[in-house]
Amino acid sequence: MIKNLTILLLALTFTCCKSEPKSSTTESKKPVKEISTTNIDIEIIDYNGLEAILTKNDDKTYIINFWATWCKPCVEELPAFEKLYETYKDKHVVLVLVSLDFPNQLESRVLPFIEKNHLKGKVVLMGDPDQNTWIPKVSSEWSGAIPATVIYTKNKRKFYEQSFDYSTLETELTKFLKTN
Amino acid sequence: MKTLKLSLVLIAFATITAFTLKNTSEGYKIGDTATDFSLKNIDNKMVSLADYDNAKGFIVIFTCNHCPYSVAYEDRIIDLDKKYKSKGYPVIAINPNNPAISKGDDFVSMQQRAKDKGFTFPYLFDDGQKIFPQYGATRTPHVFLLKKENNDLKVAYIGAIDNNSHDATAVTEKYVENAVDALLEGKKPAIDYTKAIGCSIKK
Repeated sequence: MIKNLTILLLALTFTCCKSEPKSSTTESKKPVKEISTTNIDIEIIDYNGLEAILTKNDDKTYIINFWATWCKPCVEELPAFEKLYETYKDKHVVLVLVSLDFPNQLESRVLPFIEKNHLKGKVVLMGDPDQNTWIPKVSSEWSGAIPATVIYTKNKRKFYEQSFDYSTLETELTKFLKTN
Repeated sequence: MKTLKLSLVLIAFATITAFTLKNTSEGYKIGDTATDFSLKNIDNKMVSLADYDNAKGFIVIFTCNHCPYSVAYEDRIIDLDKKYKSKGYPVIAINPNNPAISKGDDFVSMQQRAKDKGFTFPYLFDDGQKIFPQYGATRTPHVFLLKKENNDLKVAYIGAIDNNSHDATAVTEKYVENAVDALLEGKKPAIDYTKAIGCSIKK
């Protein structure tokens, strides 16, 4: 039931990179902005897809942020997540931005937003409508309000139903990095 | 080693207690008695639940103008009111957001939206944000179904309107309708608590 919606007009080489960065090269290629605007690959996932993202069992630290383009506090905190990811990606930190936008607004809202803000974290869209089933599986503490964030390693996990600024987020992440 | 074990037990106990305490201060649970209120409606009149002598209960919905999930549910909220007002369970909508930080959720915009959509129910403004924390609303839309018992209002259902916010035509479980139907038959709702994605309430 996982639908892979690929907006592909150019180079496949670009779409191959998921979270591990070619970002330094994309940065240096800033002049060819037109390419990036046509070349975003977003997966629409159901709970099975989300569960896979939430239960990685490797040596990385995962930051999973639940957001939506229409959610003002979510949009306001995204730069902190992006900056944190840029700063810590060499320390095996992975950022996944789980969009809770309506699936039918993927092309009209989500893709333009990602392009405009040059998001570096991997973005997926949670299309599973049965929220009462999957919200408690993300965390029993979660009421369903966004923004919400999970930080985890294979040994440790914490859920946050709150907004973050950069320093608070970095403080939380640091607690996870120390345990590794 | 024994000391370590003991301290671990103590830590565990402290954690559990902390969470329990936290939960009790986070609003109503099923069976709790809900507070009445006096809030300003879009027609500038104050509304209290005590005004409704003939009601058997209320479908209290914390909702707002700006939130796409609230907007997606507007027609379904109107339908709920149309279906259940005559049966004794009117919808009472309350905007819990602080308009100073939530654009589009000010009182004038509420009046306009209610007019545009033809709201058939009161749309109240939680001025000063005193009511939603007592209920424990965290997001919009967030439903609290109340049942009159003697002179009290008992919380009978908390949660989402149905199980598909994205698409009204694809709904397979109408949580609120099922819960009200159960109350009308003198039963307890089979599902009395659900979760859903919504916009966080702006404080």
